[in-house]
Amino acid sequence: MRDSSTAVQGGSPYIAVRGVRKSYSGHGRTTHALGGVELQIEQGAFVSIVGPSGCGKSTLLQIMAGLVPASEGRVDLQARQVTEPPPEMVYVFQQYTRSLFPWKSVEKNVSYGLENREKLPASEIAALTREYIGLVKLDGFENHYPWQLSGGMQQRVAIARALACRPAVLLMDEPFSSVDALTRVGLQELVLRLWRELGLTIVFVTHDTEEAIYLSTRVVALGKPPSTVRMDLQIELPHPRDQITTRELPRYLQYRHQLLSQLFSDEGLASGAKPNPA
Amino acid sequence: MKNFARRLAMGPWLGIALIVFLLVLWQLAAELKWVSPLSLPSVTSVLATLWDLLLSGELLKELASSLWRMFAGYFIGGALGVLLGLLMASFRPVYNLLEPITEILRPIPSPAYVPIAILFLGIDDEMKIFMVAFASFFPVLLNTYSGVRSVDPVQMQTARTFGVKGAKILWQVVLPSAAPSIFTGMRVSLAVALIVMVISEMVAASNGIGYFVLAAQRGFKTREMFAGIITLAVLGYCLNRIFLAIESRVLAWHRGATQQQKN
Repeated sequence: MRDSSTAVQGGSPYIAVRGVRKSYSGHGRTTHALGGVELQIEQGAFVSIVGPSGCGKSTLLQIMAGLVPASEGRVDLQARQVTEPPPEMVYVFQQYTRSLFPWKSVEKNVSYGLENREKLPASEIAALTREYIGLVKLDGFENHYPWQLSGGMQQRVAIARALACRPAVLLMDEPFSSVDALTRVGLQELVLRLWRELGLTIVFVTHDTEEAIYLSTRVVALGKPPSTVRMDLQIELPHPRDQITTRELPRYLQYRHQLLSQLFSDEGLASGAKPNPA
Repeated sequence: MKNFARRLAMGPWLGIALIVFLLVLWQLAAELKWVSPLSLPSVTSVLATLWDLLLSGELLKELASSLWRMFAGYFIGGALGVLLGLLMASFRPVYNLLEPITEILRPIPSPAYVPIAILFLGIDDEMKIFMVAFASFFPVLLNTYSGVRSVDPVQMQTARTFGVKGAKILWQVVLPSAAPSIFTGMRVSLAVALIVMVISEMVAASNGIGYFVLAAQRGFKTREMFAGIITLAVLGYCLNRIFLAIESRVLAWHRGATQQQKN
């Protein structure tokens, strides 16, 4: 379906995280969240980052997005260092209720990034806004305000707003962690469909290992802080994926086994199973 | 009959009935000379005087000069309050610079500044505009400050991920987000502006509604005096109504959003 060997462009990886450390100091002590993360991401990949809570996976994503500076190390996008939010990337926040602008209608929220990212004639902005509202199936809700929509619909507005800028990379921070299970399945399918249709590169932070395996072409597990990459797993499951049959594949279960064993042993939790059947 | 009483008690008419009752009491007190007619003219005579003053244009002329001073001061004070509130909330050094002096100046009652204002600005419009501006400034400043401080950092991060930075974030995110708070300050200041306008005109002026009321009292023209006070009551009521109408139009999103949260 997609060829992940187009990863390297001119010898340098598409996204490169090199020796990224992050420490916070405050209240008289220093917390080391990230302890030297190394990660290379090829174009078109769907990479999920999992790890125990507090391992700094959201922080890593914010550093990749250029929203937060690293204490040490660097992030390169197409061999250019990321120092501020690059125009090719958009960050989708976990807290959609706080990330959407409550004083803007759905339409104005979706066109917000578009209006600021590029100089386009109003008619083109309107057309693109309509197109992306349609893509997340919110036609008819253009003039609604965020607070008039359900949680799942609000997150779809946030996704449409991000995609309307036609980014090459989408950075998603636990985007489905506060919606109910069925809405979540719908949003997972939406993101998979958009990833395939638009040829996006997605970096997806989640605490849900099953969600990570189901969605991704690769899953990266971070350890306890100061975190480093503890496991890097290529997910070779067939596309298009299916919420029921994909999750029943022996391969899927094997990936699940590997990931959970890693996470549990890092946390000192015994699972009773032998690690790494592979 | 019982039904009628209940309906009266539950509806808006109860409050209006109280006002009518008090006006009738006033009328009786004047007619039956419970109070010296020199101090308390009858309601009907006051209303007749008010009507004459309106027709002759005299009252409107006084009102016009008062309103000009009040709004000039209100908008100057309000604009400075928003500007400095924004700066204090956004830049720590500005806050450190201005916070102590605002805390010292703010508790002093505005009328206490009148003597200083007269010394430096005389008794013309400048003095009154300054007084109103000064008094309107603080409520707007404090509410803008706290409104800007409580802007959700996620909203600012959102603007940044779409490549928005600097002053544009202030304009696109911080101001709209702090608008409900700013409006609260503006509403408090509107009431304060009316009070300070009347006071400054009573202290030193040759026209304006405050001057008119005080001059009428000194000349024992109590009907004119009451007519002026009624005018002020109507003015205050109308200003507040207009303000609320503007606010509910500008902040329609906010009312909806907060009602949603309560449910």
